[in-house]
Amino acid sequence: MQILRYLVPFLGVALFGTASSAGTLDTIKEKGWLTCGVSQGLPGFSAPDSKGSWVGIDADFCRAVAAVALGSPDKVKFRPLSTKEAFTALQFGEIHILSRNVTWTQTRDSALGVNFAGILYYDGQGFMVRRKLGVKSARELDGAAVCVNSGSTTELNLSDYFRTHGMKYTPVVFEKSDEVLSAYRAGRCDVFSTDQSGLYAQRLKLPKAKDHLILPEIISKEPLGPAVRQGDDKWFNIVRWTLFALVGAEELGITKSNIEALTQKTSNPAIRRFVGTEGKAGANLGLDPEWAVRAIKAVGNYGELFEKHLGKDSRLKISRDLNRLWNKGGLHYAPPIR
Amino acid sequence: MVAVAVVIAGAVWLFGNTLDNLANRGIASGFSFLKSTAGFGISTSLIDFSEASSIGRAFWVGLLNTLLVSAISVVLATILGFAIGIARFSKNWLLGRVATVYVETLRNIPLLLQIFFWYFAVLRALPGPRQSYDLAGWFFLNNRGFYIPKLEIIDGGGWVLLGAVVMAFLAFWQCRHKGISRSCAGLAVLLFISLLAVGSVSVPALTGFNFTGGTVLSPELVALVIALSSYTAAFIAEIVRAGVQSVPRGQIEAADALSLPDKDRMRFVVIPQALRVIVPLLTNQYLNLTKNSSLAAAIAFPDLVSVFAGTVLNITGQAIEIIGITMAVYLTISLTIAFSMNIFNRTTAMRGLSS
Repeated sequence: MQILRYLVPFLGVALFGTASSAGTLDTIKEKGWLTCGVSQGLPGFSAPDSKGSWVGIDADFCRAVAAVALGSPDKVKFRPLSTKEAFTALQFGEIHILSRNVTWTQTRDSALGVNFAGILYYDGQGFMVRRKLGVKSARELDGAAVCVNSGSTTELNLSDYFRTHGMKYTPVVFEKSDEVLSAYRAGRCDVFSTDQSGLYAQRLKLPKAKDHLILPEIISKEPLGPAVRQGDDKWFNIVRWTLFALVGAEELGITKSNIEALTQKTSNPAIRRFVGTEGKAGANLGLDPEWAVRAIKAVGNYGELFEKHLGKDSRLKISRDLNRLWNKGGLHYAPPIR
Repeated sequence: MVAVAVVIAGAVWLFGNTLDNLANRGIASGFSFLKSTAGFGISTSLIDFSEASSIGRAFWVGLLNTLLVSAISVVLATILGFAIGIARFSKNWLLGRVATVYVETLRNIPLLLQIFFWYFAVLRALPGPRQSYDLAGWFFLNNRGFYIPKLEIIDGGGWVLLGAVVMAFLAFWQCRHKGISRSCAGLAVLLFISLLAVGSVSVPALTGFNFTGGTVLSPELVALVIALSSYTAAFIAEIVRAGVQSVPRGQIEAADALSLPDKDRMRFVVIPQALRVIVPLLTNQYLNLTKNSSLAAAIAFPDLVSVFAGTVLNITGQAIEIIGITMAVYLTISLTIAFSMNIFNRTTAMRGLSS
């Protein structure tokens, strides 16, 4: 047994050594599609429509990546996942991107073997209550029963907030967001708490949306963004620069409708580098020069995506606030392509 | 010996390889997370728990909740299952049919659906806290749960109370054997006084959103107990029926020949023999029930799976350790149940037939 104790770890390293490190880009090219982990149904972010195809800003982000890496936005297979399953699925290579309104936190970034490619949506946790309760502020929620989703940052923020303000609460923790909503509807809780964008989305599912009030307080920072497995820098770069391309395009005034024309005739060097007629941005990423053009043709720029799924063209009608571009008072800022 | 060594070596090798692979993928491993601060709240807890408690303590909260719900459900399922199993032999046509319909309906609908049914049926039928059903100003029923008064005991009062309970037990024993006597009444008075000395009753009262004071049976707990016990009772009823039918007809005829009344025939002749068949099968049902209690996560009851393999897993992301611990715990619970049922089985088995 003594020998075994030393032999065994050695064999372990020798036989299985490191995790398979074949590049994700090669893997998906061989397969012909990429697998994208999405939510189990959150309107505006990722939810199946009446024909069963996934719509929302998170789903479209995966389409943009597929357009960039595989040439077509249709080469995506969507996998609905709970928060609990999401990171494990990503760690072990079952999905190639996690684009599922998950919050970028230090623990997730450093201890879960995943890398966040950037921030697609700046969110924060909020509260929804019934209007007839007469509550106007989260500070009046002492003693409330709060329905939340398990395994997200929500539970921790909630407990921090109530602890900080010396208030008591009863957490009622469900695994699926649909069950959280059903329980809130049935009156099990006074308060429904999740990311504020999620509250707007879930409120649409309630029979009388107007009877429910979203309180003004935002109690946390919830930067939501796509994540990839740690250890594949090439793939990480592609996903990250797809995100930057969407934001950068809005800043440059490149839209789904004008990109064709701009590709033909523009003298603006920044746009020429973006569409690939100048510089070698595509080659640096291991892609062709047209990579960013395909992303915009597939889903439009960030502003178009936002308005279509979350903003004024959607049922959610969320105002852009923090999600404006940096030069319009928001936080979205893409490093230059050069 | 060689086979054992190979299996052990294989297990050790897998373990080492897993750790290496985790390290290579940059995923944290180890059990140190159990000591870190939980930072989340739990609605139902049998022991003191707050956000500042450790994750290890959250594990115990979840485990105790699992044991609580399993223990209550096992008792209820057994009582209900025996009643329905025996009702199927009833000469009353209606009672027999109702029992048959019960068994066929409940055991043929997936348990998860039944849990949802009870949870949302219970929730929707009940009013909000401000319109609660009020029973004598002491008990309140609403969609947040069933609020009952709680006996609060001062520090160190537990021992006094324990002594009092022992004395009360003696008192009742005395009363049963000798009728009301002076010593019996004296002990009862003593118990009452000691209760007054160490305890006070906290009655639930409506403040703000909800009731405070007293204690609450949450709708999650109630729905889960109803669903688990009524579902398992259907299976137990069938086992009881099988057990009773396994008793040879001659035994019943012999009991009739002795002109034993119906009740005694069941109690002294049929049931003891039926138990030989029933007990080993009952063990399976108890095991199933305990394992099924993990469906609690679906309706927000904070059991082991919901708290530990749910919230804690999400916070720490250490899936392998947490799922490993959770599986080991269920295995331990199941083996313990099987072990104690085997001991019980030995007492009911026919002498000479069991080894």
